[in-house]
Amino acid sequence: MSTNSEIEERAPRRRTWRDIDLRAVAPFAALILLLIVGALVNPNFIGLTNLANVATRSAFIAIIAVGATFVISSGDLDLSVGSMVAFVASLMILFMNSGAIADPSLMLVAAMVLAVVIGGACGLLNGLITTLGRIEPFIATLGTMGIYRGLTTWLSQGGAITLQSSELQSLYRPAYFGNVLGVPVPIVVILVVTAIAAFVLYRTRYGRHVVAVGSSREVARYSGIAVDRVRTIAFVIQGLCVAVAVLLYVPRLGSTSATTGILWELQAITAVVVGGTALKGGAGRVWGTICGAFILELVGNIMLLSNFISEYLIGAIQGSIIIIAMLVQRSLTRKS
Amino acid sequence: MASDGANASVPVLAAERISKTFGEVQVLFSVDMDILPGEVHALVGENGAGKSTLIKTLSGFQPPTSGRILLDGEPVTLPANSAAEALGIILIHQEFNLAEHLTVTESLFLGREIARFGVLDRKAMRAEARRVLDMLGSRIDENALISSLAVADKQMVEIGKAISRDARVIFMDEPTAVLSREEAGILFDQVRKLKAKGTSFVFVSHKLDEVMEISDRVTVLRDGQWIKTAPTSLLDGEAIAQLMVGRELSSLYPAKHEPDVDEEVVLSVRNLTTGYVKDASFELRKGEVLGFSGLIGSGRSELMEAIAGLRPRLSGEVLLHGEHLPAGDFRETNRRGLAYMTKDRKGMGLLLDEGMTTNLTLQSLGQHVSHGYLDPASEAKAMARAKRRFDIRVRDDRVRVGRMSGGNQQKLLLAKVMETEPQIVIIDEPTRGIDVGTKQQIYHFIAALAREGRSIIVISSEMPEVIGLCTRVAVMREGHLVGILEGEEISEQMIMRYAAGLRRKAAG
Ligand SMILES: Nc1ncnc2c1ncn2[C@@H]1O[C@H](COP(=O)(O)OP(=O)(O)OP(=O)(O)O)[C@@H](O)[C@H]1O
Ligand SMILES: [Mg+2]
Repeated sequence: MSTNSEIEERAPRRRTWRDIDLRAVAPFAALILLLIVGALVNPNFIGLTNLANVATRSAFIAIIAVGATFVISSGDLDLSVGSMVAFVASLMILFMNSGAIADPSLMLVAAMVLAVVIGGACGLLNGLITTLGRIEPFIATLGTMGIYRGLTTWLSQGGAITLQSSELQSLYRPAYFGNVLGVPVPIVVILVVTAIAAFVLYRTRYGRHVVAVGSSREVARYSGIAVDRVRTIAFVIQGLCVAVAVLLYVPRLGSTSATTGILWELQAITAVVVGGTALKGGAGRVWGTICGAFILELVGNIMLLSNFISEYLIGAIQGSIIIIAMLVQRSLTRKS
Repeated sequence: MASDGANASVPVLAAERISKTFGEVQVLFSVDMDILPGEVHALVGENGAGKSTLIKTLSGFQPPTSGRILLDGEPVTLPANSAAEALGIILIHQEFNLAEHLTVTESLFLGREIARFGVLDRKAMRAEARRVLDMLGSRIDENALISSLAVADKQMVEIGKAISRDARVIFMDEPTAVLSREEAGILFDQVRKLKAKGTSFVFVSHKLDEVMEISDRVTVLRDGQWIKTAPTSLLDGEAIAQLMVGRELSSLYPAKHEPDVDEEVVLSVRNLTTGYVKDASFELRKGEVLGFSGLIGSGRSELMEAIAGLRPRLSGEVLLHGEHLPAGDFRETNRRGLAYMTKDRKGMGLLLDEGMTTNLTLQSLGQHVSHGYLDPASEAKAMARAKRRFDIRVRDDRVRVGRMSGGNQQKLLLAKVMETEPQIVIIDEPTRGIDVGTKQQIYHFIAALAREGRSIIVISSEMPEVIGLCTRVAVMREGHLVGILEGEEISEQMIMRYAAGLRRKAAG
């Protein structure tokens, strides 16, 4: 039509600073701010060793939160991740203690595969309860949170489950304490997991479906998307991420207890929200999530290095962070 | 009839050189408009012309970038966030604005609940809600949840909400887009009643016959510019349409193309029964455009959704190219070449928070996968093609779909469904909220599809559309398919007679 070309001419094609999505940038801006604050508090803070340490310690939450990004993007919520860590880790260690396979390397590989399978299965269970059972994810995973935690307590009889074979222990240690080209293994794992997740979320059909299902279940259904399948797979991805976190967790201490992973679900959800993913579903931001996890760990680290806030307050601070993040998210949404 | 004494009086509300810019995109350019007491002022223009933006500005939902708003001749700054309602300025949104989890009564009284001694007086509110609904001839239950209502009923609730207040100016943004002619008639009766009491109305519509029927004056916008304001009596539909698009329009409907009698039957529906629809049977031939007419709520959409697999069937069967189509499997139906376009573009059609491309390719992502991942270049190509083919006009390509003008959303939805390259396509209200110029394009597009050998079912509440476009017209009434009209039989009176239950014949 005649007027069409006029309109196109009027439309500015070049990108300007206005186009930058504030919500995507905010977490990284917060991170930079924190680094500056940290450097002011303690000059040791900004050193590469300290930052690498912080990143390494953020690995568990970061990896779990990557899975949570999928679940939250698809409009669901998984509260069971913390208990799931404890449960999967217990079963993994018990299996290694059982001595079912004589060869230590083989045993280790088998145990790792087992952990991944159990993690996936736990996620699948969460997914099926929410979709087939038509139960709110909040309630469904509150239930499985109790179940996984209870089973762990029962398995450990209230105490700790410790990896007994010292041979296995020394074989497995590098998985957490080792380096690849000078970079600590946990950091490498974070990067690999996140890169894969970003690829799946942004560049595959499934990722697009997750966003659609999270934005509107009805629109997704009317677009021929198998909504329940997409949601269930998101829970399975969450389970697999938990399993990967366990693979790093077990070599660190070589033991778990009934209190392993307590409140990790809060931290994972906080990381996701701080990272800019909306809790109501829709577009997920995987790299933002990693940034969020790093921020959480940094805050703890700064508190530790500074002398004016007690580190016992860490939980309260993290709780405040999620509330502040929500407020910031909302004000940015209004503005745009 | 507007002018009896109105000329002398001061406008209730007036816009003076109003401009509006979103980011870097200017949408309104120094627009003037005045609303006299007790007049119905129609605001018309193509999709994206800026009608909704103008009335959102005049009702305080968005501040103007420059220019003044005069209330009773005095410059005012309207309070934001619908607080202008206290001044008697009320806007019925084009996009529904009801909270889904409230009941009808709660929505009607939102923000002005009736209370006695601080306690909500539910009984009084329910009674009042019933009275308003009855006044509108609406049969919806005042205790029903908004989320359970059909779009037409939601619109009626919005209207009820507006007219039950002491309003001085009521802005109505395409209130009749989802209403049948009967419901629109009831609405117009109420408008006339309130108008006699001095309430003014601004009425946005693409249905020019309604504009002619109800309005006293007409203002035309084109590309964000004021073009003309004139008494309706000096204009006719043709003239308004020309002012809107800025050129002459040739015939609205393309030539009909009747399929041969021995043409293959591509879809046959036998004794289909769902919750509401009873025992519906019909056939669709290759290259045919079959219309479905009937009142709102006569079960047309429910029947089509059951065929497409979006709703369960209780009994009956559907044959696609002679083969059984499983019930309740929309994806399978899609794969076998039958597509369904919903009439609820906001609730079921489009992801409002996403961009255009995400929406366009959502149903046909498979086409854009290479080596297991999505190819943005291929998606961009599809988007460019769709924009050309459906004349989707946005002033900024990266706009969120929820911010596009209503008509352009509709075009995007149609484009999305057509991306799946269906052999058979069921289009529920193809031109809801679309301007005359684009309507013509869509009609020609549908005719072209039929000529290519595809089959189309058009559900429409606009009778001229069904009559102008279809070679056969099925009429539904209260869940029953009461007749299928052909050739000479297809006329407004005949369709009405079937739709009103005065006639019926065995479906053929
Ligand atoms: N909040 C917003 N941000 C950016 N652009 C906007 C916003 N609201 C409206 N627009 C743009 O302004 C233009 C005019 O839109 P408007 O909704 O006023 O059109 P309209 O005349 O009501 O059209 P229709 O008949 O299709 O409803 C469109 O190009 C639209 O994309
Ligand atoms: Mg509009």
